[in-house]
Amino acid sequence: MSDIEERVKKIVVEQLGVDEAEVKNSSSFIDDLGADSLDTVELVMALEEEFGAEIPDEDAEKITTVQAAIDYIKAQPQK
Amino acid sequence: MGFLTGKRALITGVASDRSIAYGIAEAMHREGAELAFTYQNDKLKGRVEKYAAQFGSSIVIPCEVAEDASIAAAFQQLGEHWDGLDIVVHSIAFAPKEQLSGSIVDNTTREGSNIAHDISAYSFLAMARYAKPLMAGRKGSLLALSYLGAVAAIPNYNVMGMAKASLEAGVRFMAADLGPQGIRVNAISAGPIRTLAASGIAGFRKMLDHFEKYAPLRRNVTIEEVGNAAAFLCSDLASGITGEITYVDGGWNILGMSGLGEE
Repeated sequence: MSDIEERVKKIVVEQLGVDEAEVKNSSSFIDDLGADSLDTVELVMALEEEFGAEIPDEDAEKITTVQAAIDYIKAQPQK
Repeated sequence: MGFLTGKRALITGVASDRSIAYGIAEAMHREGAELAFTYQNDKLKGRVEKYAAQFGSSIVIPCEVAEDASIAAAFQQLGEHWDGLDIVVHSIAFAPKEQLSGSIVDNTTREGSNIAHDISAYSFLAMARYAKPLMAGRKGSLLALSYLGAVAAIPNYNVMGMAKASLEAGVRFMAADLGPQGIRVNAISAGPIRTLAASGIAGFRKMLDHFEKYAPLRRNVTIEEVGNAAAFLCSDLASGITGEITYVDGGWNILGMSGLGEE
């Protein structure tokens, strides 16, 4: 597991209060991990803090799965 | 023994553990206050119940501040749990998202303006009306949360600045009105803090960076710091203070110009 993948999953576990084993790359935050719309906003805020990134709303809307979050962070210029 | 021991506080506006109201609840709980909470709708109910439990509270009441009947019902319900009330914390604001970016002159609609003022300013007054009877014979304290946009033009904050100006004027009028009954009314004007509500303000991250770079304390403020100031203002330690807007902003508001010679 890459460093980014590990950090993203750790944040998902913390923010959504789910078990680590439940968090698969393909997991959808809302459909699989029981997130509501506020949870997803907070999740994006936590990702921004962890990676020092600014995620615009139009991008945030597309981050619906664990893999999408990992891909988005990987595509950011590293700080 | 905490300096709020024996006080009963109603806290509105907790939506997450990043909420300013959460920081206030934490500080008031630490100082010995008994807490009750309101939630806006069923979507938030479970969340607020969870946070209330963290502070040893099981009083969690629905309150949609856009409706007088809902506010009345909330205080009636509170009165069934408590025979008196000492503190109300109003940490509620809303404007439709499209009202919070770009040109205020071009973008602000009558409806958007009405909603912003109704939810963010009028609701404090409305809550005070229903809180008043429960505060009779006690040293009541009402607290609202404001922002510098009330007195200065801030990019994108737009009509919410107008609503906060109305809220701050309300604090003064309410303080004058309720003072003879021993009820104090104050507000905290906090520096920018990343909350769920702030995620609706365009360019918020840039504001935080700018603030950190130039505020006298060279950092952003936290919900813990706002919480501590709130606990103080609502306690008997602040018994001589009413009608005040207290800045918890690392000194930002005292600057007339920032950053010269530091580029």
